[in-house]
Amino acid sequence: MTDTPASTPLSRRDFLKAAWMFLGGIAALETAGIFIAYLQPRLAEGEFGSVIVPGKVDDFPPNSVTHIPNGRFYIVRTGDGGFLAVYHRCTHLGCTVPWDQTAQKFICPCHNSQFDRQGVVENSPAPRPLDLFALTIEDGELKVDTGTIIQRQTFETAQVVYP
Amino acid sequence: MDEKNSLPEPSIFERMRNRLTPEGIPSDDRGRMRMVMDSLILHIHPAKVEVSSMKWTYTWGLGGLAALLMIILGLTGIVLLNNYTPAVPQAYLDILEINSNVWFGELIRNLHHWSANLLIVVSVLHLIRVFVTGAYRPPRELNWLIGVAMLLLVLGANFTGYLLPWDQLAYWAITVGTSILSYVPLIGQWLTRLVLGGPEVGANTLLNFYSMHISFIPLIIFGLMSYHFWRVRKDGGLTVPKSSKQTEDPKPERVTTIPHLVHREFIFALAWTAALLTFAMLVPAPLEGIANPAMSPNPAKAPWYFMGLQELLLHFHPLVGAIVIPSLVIIGIFTLPFFDLNPKSVGVYFRSRRGRSLTLLAVGIALIATPSWVLLDEYVLNWTLWLPTWNTLFSNGLIPLAVILLPLLLLDSWIQNSFKADTEERVLFIASFLFTAFIILTVIGIFFRGPGMSLYFPWNMPIVTH
Ligand code: HEM
Ligand code: HEM
Ligand code: FES
Repeated sequence: MTDTPASTPLSRRDFLKAAWMFLGGIAALETAGIFIAYLQPRLAEGEFGSVIVPGKVDDFPPNSVTHIPNGRFYIVRTGDGGFLAVYHRCTHLGCTVPWDQTAQKFICPCHNSQFDRQGVVENSPAPRPLDLFALTIEDGELKVDTGTIIQRQTFETAQVVYP
Repeated sequence: MDEKNSLPEPSIFERMRNRLTPEGIPSDDRGRMRMVMDSLILHIHPAKVEVSSMKWTYTWGLGGLAALLMIILGLTGIVLLNNYTPAVPQAYLDILEINSNVWFGELIRNLHHWSANLLIVVSVLHLIRVFVTGAYRPPRELNWLIGVAMLLLVLGANFTGYLLPWDQLAYWAITVGTSILSYVPLIGQWLTRLVLGGPEVGANTLLNFYSMHISFIPLIIFGLMSYHFWRVRKDGGLTVPKSSKQTEDPKPERVTTIPHLVHREFIFALAWTAALLTFAMLVPAPLEGIANPAMSPNPAKAPWYFMGLQELLLHFHPLVGAIVIPSLVIIGIFTLPFFDLNPKSVGVYFRSRRGRSLTLLAVGIALIATPSWVLLDEYVLNWTLWLPTWNTLFSNGLIPLAVILLPLLLLDSWIQNSFKADTEERVLFIASFLFTAFIILTVIGIFFRGPGMSLYFPWNMPIVTH
């Protein structure tokens, strides 16, 4: 902010006007920011959104799919002993997807999307595989972080966690 | 009353009444008219109205009925507040209480429920009336825009209200409805979380929806509605009905609003209120078991007014079905008055004789084409299978959309060449076609979709028990 009154075509009046407009704009942005921040989701402690321990490695036999309702996910154990934590929410429009034991797939009741046991789409309208949660294994105990939802486009073996 | 001056000490009630109508009610038309110049009625209506505009079969009283429903919704909504808590699970228990333990509670709730649903139908019919009579052309284009905004807000009020009973119906309809938001490019996920107040529909969502439902949305609707009425006056009253043979505007013939218009409105409102009360006494608003986030019902349907949209979602990639097509439709409706301008046919139902035939033609074609396309897409077309390496946005979205738009363009050029249709008739034709198609999709979604969202005949619908 150098003071060069002679060379500037801006009159004092115009300058003040512009300055007020500028301040007004900042105030409006701040207000909008406050409102948006205020409306951000309030995270509930415990339950969904935190780290959940669904059980021990040996609780889940190979080739099994187990629903963990309070964590909103399935523990899928593959044939070779690996683990996936699959979010039970349909990637189409959010219905809760049940595991169909006889058909051996996830079949969404809402618009009939179907997913195989790794959560990969077999039948649209779902646009992508079921989401995953980060899963770790410590001392033979599974830990699932339901705070971060991992979206994916395909199934890769790197997604499977082995004990 | 006439000898009010001969009374030495008027009672307090007489004094109050005298303040309100100092001259008493005059007996002649002119006197009446003068007296009410500053009364409430004439804040809304002009002092005189066109006789022909009052013709019942011109407006069908639809705008007035919408206004009546708004008032009923406001009143019943406010009293429902006294017995309702927006918390989980108290909300559901409160509804049970309203239905069983509150004097006239069920009646009030039914009245609120059915008026809200009727309001959607009535607003849409009113929009159609305004559209087919060309009543949105200058100078009324602003009122059209306000009308469309009100229609969107009415849908918003219905949608936010839908969650409040916190039953299975509410929970899953809102889950499905809000998930559509997550397909908005870039900000979708963030936006959905903001609206839901968390990763999924829950207690925070209920509170968010409740606050929108009882403050913002009704406030804005009532504000816009006042402006809508004022604009009708400001734009020179209602459009005047004409038959398609009339080339000149008919000679104006006007009568005083009071009693001619107000009497009709009063009787109309009374009859509709009686009908609504009867209906609300006989038909209870639906209520299912308490919301259970672990179990989606089969089928899980959106609220009925979004079933057309949900049907689109079954056929298109969500970005196309839920965002692209609806945005185009809304933009189209907003901008209608800016490319359909011919003032000559304002007030003529369907523009002209040819316009009427073209409308029939459009409705007929849509009646055949839409179900055929739904069946074809359900059983024959399988874009994702045919184009397996393509991104589903193209294979299941933009390509089918293009395949549908092409015949529409052909139809348009056909009516231009074979019927010499001008701009206003083309607008009428295409709008009638699209509108009919949308209604049919809605009907299919409501009545023909069963478990797993497969197609069934309504009389063959299997019932799923859990
Ligand atoms: C939702 C609440 C609405 C209310 C309470 C309402 C109320 C009214 C009323 C009472 C009239 C007087 C004539 C008549 O009954 O037709 C009117 C006229 C009109 N309305 Fe609405 N309306 C609503 C929605 C809409 C919508 C959705 C549109 C269009 C998109 C619209 C556009 C118009 C226009 C352009 C007129 C002037 C018609 C003419 O001069 O012939 N309104 N409205
Ligand atoms: C355009 C205006 C409005 C519409 C379209 C509308 C729509 C709805 C709908 C569809 C429901 C669900 C009813 C059910 O199935 O049980 C509802 C519930 C409710 N509404 Fe409204 N509403 C409107 C205005 C208001 C206003 C102004 C208030 C209060 C200030 C209000 C308060 C409530 C309350 C407390 C409930 C919960 C009770 C219940 O579900 O029966 N509403 N509303
Ligand atoms: S929500 Fe699962 S298929 Fe639509």
